[in-house]
Amino acid sequence: MAHNNNKRPVFLNLFRIHLPVTAVLSLAHRATGILLFLLIPVLIYLLHLSVESPQGFHQVQALVDRPLWRSLVILLAWFLAHHLFAGIRYLLLDIDIGISAAASRRGAWVVLFAGVLVMLMTLVMLL
Amino acid sequence: MSRHLSGLRAWLLQRLSALYMGIYLLIFLFYMLFHAPADYQAWRDTLAGPWMSLTMMLFFAALLIHAWVGIRDVILDYAHNTALRLGMLTLTSLALLACGLWVLDILLTVMA
Repeated sequence: MAHNNNKRPVFLNLFRIHLPVTAVLSLAHRATGILLFLLIPVLIYLLHLSVESPQGFHQVQALVDRPLWRSLVILLAWFLAHHLFAGIRYLLLDIDIGISAAASRRGAWVVLFAGVLVMLMTLVMLL
Repeated sequence: MSRHLSGLRAWLLQRLSALYMGIYLLIFLFYMLFHAPADYQAWRDTLAGPWMSLTMMLFFAALLIHAWVGIRDVILDYAHNTALRLGMLTLTSLALLACGLWVLDILLTVMA
C-alpha cells in the first residue's frame, strides 16, 4: 500500500456522509447477501425436516403459523427479493442497460420499491 | 480453491449461478403455486422425480458457489489480517462444503 503523505482531512462520519440511492442499493445488496448466506443451513435443515418424516413435514408446514417464524419468512422474502432484483439490475448494467447516471438512479428506486412490494405481498398472503 | 474461483472466472460464475438460480426460483415458485404437495408422500414423490432432484441439486450447487464468491469478496474487503483472513476463508469454505454434502445426502436419500 502506498504511504499517504497527504495532510488533507479524512472525513468518515458515516452519519453525515450523504449516500446516493445507488450506494444504498450496493450496501443493501451486500447486507442481504450475507444474511441469505447465514440462512442457507436453516433452509437445508427445513428441507431435511420436511422429507424426514410426516411429522417433520407438518412441523415445517406449521412454522408459518407461528408469529416469529411468519415474520422471519416475510423478512426472508424481502431480503431475497431485494437481492434478486438488485442482482438483475447489476446484470443489466453489465450489458450497458440503464447505465447512465439518471437511469441507474431510477433503476435503484425501482429495485427498492419492488423489494418492498414483494415483502408486502408476502405479508398479505400469510395474514 | 480460491485460485480457481477468483478474478474473471469468479465474476462469470457469480453471474451464471445468479442466472440459473433466478430462472429456477421463478419456475419452482410457479410450480409450487399450482402443484402444492398435499401431504408428506406427495412432497417426497415430487422431490424424488429425476427432473426435480437434478434441477434442485444444480440449484444448491449454484447457491453454494454464489455464496462462496460473494462471502469471499466480503472477507477480502474487510479482513486485512492474513491469519484472520485465512481462518475466515477456511471456515466459510468448510461450512459451504458441509452444506453441499448435507443437501446431496438429503436428495439422494429421497431418490433412493
